[in-house]
Amino acid sequence: MTSAVSFQKASRHFGSVRAVDAVDLDIAPGEFFAMLGPSGSGKTTCLRLIAGFEQPTSGSISIFGERAEGVPPYRRNVNTVFQDYALFPHLSVLDNVAYGLMVKGIGKAERHKAAKEALSLVRLPGYGARRPGQLSGGQRQRVALARALVNQPKVLLLDEPLGALDLKLRENMQEELKSLQKALGITFVFVTHDQGEALSMADRVAVFNDGKIMQIGTPEDIYQRPKTRFVADFVGSSNVLPPDFVQRYSGQHRWGSLRPESIRVGRTASGEGVSARLVSTNYLGATTKLALDADGLKLHAIVPAGTALPVEGETVMLTFNREYLHLMDEPV
Amino acid sequence: MRSDGSQSAPLGLKVAAACGLLFLHLPILLIFVYAFTTEEKSFVWPPPGLTTQWFAVTWNRPDVWQALSLSVRVAAISTAIALILGTLCSAAVSRTKFFGRETISLLVILPIALPGIITGIALRSAFSLADIPFSFWTIVLGHATFCVVVVYNNAVARFRRTSGSMIEASMDLGADGFQTFRHVVLPNIATALLAGGMLAFALSFDEVIVTTFTAGQQQTLPIWMLEELIRPRQRPVTNVVAMVVVLVTLLPILAAYYLTRDGDQIAGSGK
Repeated sequence: MTSAVSFQKASRHFGSVRAVDAVDLDIAPGEFFAMLGPSGSGKTTCLRLIAGFEQPTSGSISIFGERAEGVPPYRRNVNTVFQDYALFPHLSVLDNVAYGLMVKGIGKAERHKAAKEALSLVRLPGYGARRPGQLSGGQRQRVALARALVNQPKVLLLDEPLGALDLKLRENMQEELKSLQKALGITFVFVTHDQGEALSMADRVAVFNDGKIMQIGTPEDIYQRPKTRFVADFVGSSNVLPPDFVQRYSGQHRWGSLRPESIRVGRTASGEGVSARLVSTNYLGATTKLALDADGLKLHAIVPAGTALPVEGETVMLTFNREYLHLMDEPV
Repeated sequence: MRSDGSQSAPLGLKVAAACGLLFLHLPILLIFVYAFTTEEKSFVWPPPGLTTQWFAVTWNRPDVWQALSLSVRVAAISTAIALILGTLCSAAVSRTKFFGRETISLLVILPIALPGIITGIALRSAFSLADIPFSFWTIVLGHATFCVVVVYNNAVARFRRTSGSMIEASMDLGADGFQTFRHVVLPNIATALLAGGMLAFALSFDEVIVTTFTAGQQQTLPIWMLEELIRPRQRPVTNVVAMVVVLVTLLPILAAYYLTRDGDQIAGSGK
């Protein structure tokens, strides 16, 4: 099967900066694919390579089997939802949405009909006559989405589309985007620095760091079985355990990852386990996050709300189920 | 007239401000009054009598019409050149990064910072060096040097306030470079260009120094007025023309002022 988007050793260097460095990537048609990473990790440059705003320095990129190098953005069947939405302030919402059809030379009646349908799709019917300046952030985001979708792209690129929205709106939009993607069957490529967003929405996630992909996999893969210390730490702030520590529990001299929620905190300083000093507690609502110090090794544990908590400074006993200790591939 | 929260200025300051404004504008009013005087050889205050005959006299003087027509044509063509070059240059400077960008920006602005007499002398010696006879086109070229700056400054300021991703969004939606310019860039910089163009027109219309150095036998309106002041014949005709010049230049400048002021909303990005 042809990939929707395929990178073969694609690089984009800006002078000595390797924004994207020999990336191999295959995104399946109809997939909801997330590119996750800290800022400056190359995920947005990857998106711009797909959109055509950047050209690879070396390597190649193909979109549905067609080589994309040298093809300008306006000849690619790919549309983008920009981080700042980039709506045209001088046009009405309806004309914004109809813009792509207008430049293709489609008649006014037809393109306005299609634009109205797209606005209904994003649940903004009747907003066509307004100006972008009169809309709220969430509404602008929907207009940007409708403006891209009206062109029926084969791949929809979303650059941190929820970054500017408040928490409640962001959660609503996450669900909406997900169901929209299911209903339309279009390949979505989504850039975010928010690991929760990537894990909850995507079919597969690529974790970026320093212009390279550290790991590609399903959200569960990435979360449960991180391959490197970076992935373990960046996705879900896992406890990264040094090889000497891991050897005591698994017999293997390798880096380990232990999820904070897998650690049980006991008050009795006896029995089998790791004794640690409680440094601080951090109330998070449904859970409480504990910062612990086990003989110089900094650990985090997350316990459900309502658990009887030790006092700060007290020594506690940490236990965990051996099967939750994940051994990583990263060489020691 | 006291608005909430702000204190009224002391009387002394008000008087000083009024005096300053009077000093600036009374002489202009005097020019207007002398356009109606009955004394034709010299300006006497108060005017011995009032008449409107000079308007008819001015209307029937072919030299006035020639000078006016030349000034309008020069201003129109210099402005047109400035609009094209100024827009292209500002787009290049604000949309792309290239080696020497800051230098180019400075070099474009330089003609308006330099005294006109230097621009004038420089152009004159360059024209004679290249054996270009002085003509209508040499005046146009001279004026275009400073008209470009006005358009450039206006357009650059507007480009700075428009969101850069808008152009990418247009390309992304299938518009090529020309369509993007026509449907996205131009509507967003139109008022800035109009304002810049009007200022450029007004600047060109009353320019004396550069014109003196780049004109051959032709007389633009300001040059014609200078000549008239030396010859004391039908003096109030000059005043009538002066009134027209004030109106012709003031109106576009006022319009430009209002256009750029309202432009703040137009150029707001999609954020």
